[in-house]
Amino acid sequence: MAGNGFIQVDKVSKSYQRDTIKVEVLTNISLTVPEGEFLALMGPSGSGKTTLLNLIAGIDRPDQGTVVVNTVDIDGLGESALAKWRANNVGFIFQFYNLMPVLTAYENVELPLLLTKLSKKEKKEHVETALNLVGLADRIHHYPRQLSGGQEQRVAIARALVTDPALIVADEPTGDLDKVSAEEIMTLLERLNKEFKKTIVMVTHDPRAAEKAHKVMHLDKGELTKG
Amino acid sequence: MFIFRLILKNALRHKLRTFLTILGICIAVTAFGFLRTIVTAWSAGVEMSSVTRMITRHKVSFIMPLPKSYREKIQAISDVDLVTYANWFGGLYKDPNDWKNFFPRMAVDPETYFDIYPEFVLSEKELLDFRKERNACIVGNKLAKEHGFKIGDIISMDGDIYPGKWDFVVRGIYKGKDETWDETQMLFQWDYLNERIAQQQPTRQGNVGWYVLRVKDQNAMPIVAREVDELFSNSRAGTKTETEKEFQQSFVSMSSAIITSLEAISYIIIGIILLILANTIAMAARERTREYAVLKTLGFSSIHIVGLIAGESLLLAGLGGALGLALTFPISAGFAKLFPTFFPIFNVEDITIILAVSVALFAGIIAATFPTSATLRTKIADGLRQIG
Ligand SMILES: Nc1ncnc2c1ncn2[C@@H]1O[C@H](COP(=O)(O)OP(=O)(O)O)[C@@H](O)[C@H]1O
Ligand SMILES: [Mg+2]
Repeated sequence: MAGNGFIQVDKVSKSYQRDTIKVEVLTNISLTVPEGEFLALMGPSGSGKTTLLNLIAGIDRPDQGTVVVNTVDIDGLGESALAKWRANNVGFIFQFYNLMPVLTAYENVELPLLLTKLSKKEKKEHVETALNLVGLADRIHHYPRQLSGGQEQRVAIARALVTDPALIVADEPTGDLDKVSAEEIMTLLERLNKEFKKTIVMVTHDPRAAEKAHKVMHLDKGELTKG
Repeated sequence: MFIFRLILKNALRHKLRTFLTILGICIAVTAFGFLRTIVTAWSAGVEMSSVTRMITRHKVSFIMPLPKSYREKIQAISDVDLVTYANWFGGLYKDPNDWKNFFPRMAVDPETYFDIYPEFVLSEKELLDFRKERNACIVGNKLAKEHGFKIGDIISMDGDIYPGKWDFVVRGIYKGKDETWDETQMLFQWDYLNERIAQQQPTRQGNVGWYVLRVKDQNAMPIVAREVDELFSNSRAGTKTETEKEFQQSFVSMSSAIITSLEAISYIIIGIILLILANTIAMAARERTREYAVLKTLGFSSIHIVGLIAGESLLLAGLGGALGLALTFPISAGFAKLFPTFFPIFNVEDITIILAVSVALFAGIIAATFPTSATLRTKIADGLRQIG
């Protein structure tokens, strides 16, 4: 309850029902992330990292406890208000990029802007700026299948930042990439944090990726520890 | 707009699957439209019956004759306005195995028949010419076109019910009052038939096939029926009198089992359309579970998801339906050409078009219902977890 972090996770519990068994994933977890932080979440597979990230990003709801992001108690929002909040405040980066395969790089990046009231011209500027930033200005009309994994992830990063959200969540962004591409992605995320002051919460298995973060936390058996 | 582009792109993802789905719907809609056209063509005979006409026929069977002497007695009944009569001629014209040679041929009373059937549209001159010449005949416009009959042509045929070689001279070509009226009949003078029969088989002379009555008041029809039939109840040839509609129905009902099954099949086809489409849409939606979860993550709402799935479903249903409907016309026309006299009226009715379009749209919406609700029910976190 106390504290004034940008992200304020307070005594959160989350369990899943698998058939008849209730699986406790997170129990009484609290976490404070100040604005501008670059936090890495590590931990063994199945420890609940994705679950915690989903709660922070407002794509899932806790059973107990509260999640406040940038002074908004996101559990108090209805479905559509929450959707709107996500669109305005959070950029998402996934392990498997999750681009729309039928859309070009340009269209994929444009996707979140379709929910805004920007003019066509403004949208174009935003998309081009974002794609320039990730170094893919020459690939805008390529489809995801015509890009390498690293390039796809860069398109995904462009999509995450095109709406200029304050928070970026990344779930194992380098998990599916070779060393060189992973390096590029981490450099980009670091830049987003340093240059553009984005608060980043990143789940990772990769110690080299975690090195770039300001702070690393471990999640294991429902407990969160500093590492 | 973006959503339409995305719907189109999604639909084109599995080109073969989309093509086969559209083709399946197209074939099913064509079959549906064609069957409905047969059903409406079949019932047209009943629907075009007049409300003031009645038919008096032999009690036992339509093919047994009645004495012509009944006419005066029927005419004398107070609610009967006018009486005419006709005989079925039959006969063989050219190659009897060719459907187009199988048109109705009837001997009628030239003085009264067209008064009772104003649906035959003839010029005054044609009618007078027809009455003047003993072996004159009148043919329908469609029949004349089909065989190239012109005024003055001789139509020769061999009799079967009435043996011998018969020659008729065309003195008039009638049009139907509207498009529902059969334009494939051939009508000639009853006297011509009777005179020839009197020479060859004197016992058969003076008979008519049936009487057609025009009553003054539609409400009097049951009374007229009873009065006529009572009048002849003790005669050698008893009668059965009924409204034209009942009479037509008794013909149609002979084949009503076939028609009912055609109707049933047309409904089954709706089910087939639904299954084809539902299968494709369900498969597509399941494959894209993760993409829909991503769209929701980015802030897209249920309406967008519904639009994407239902839009694709309607697109396929609409394309298949439009193609199928477009095909219904040439196929029905071809069928009508093949059996020109079998179904005198064979049009793709507006109601058939409306039905086919509704069926396609209905299928489009229903097919999208389950995949849409499944997609909406899937939580984002679960959708994102989906592999592939
Ligand atoms: N939607 C769900 N239904 C059932 N079990 C789930 C669901 N999501 C996660 N789990 C379970 O919760 C645990 C934590 O999952 P997750 O947060 O994905 O872990 P991590 O990201 O650390 O690998 C796992 O045991 C996983 O199987
Ligand atoms: Mg995970």
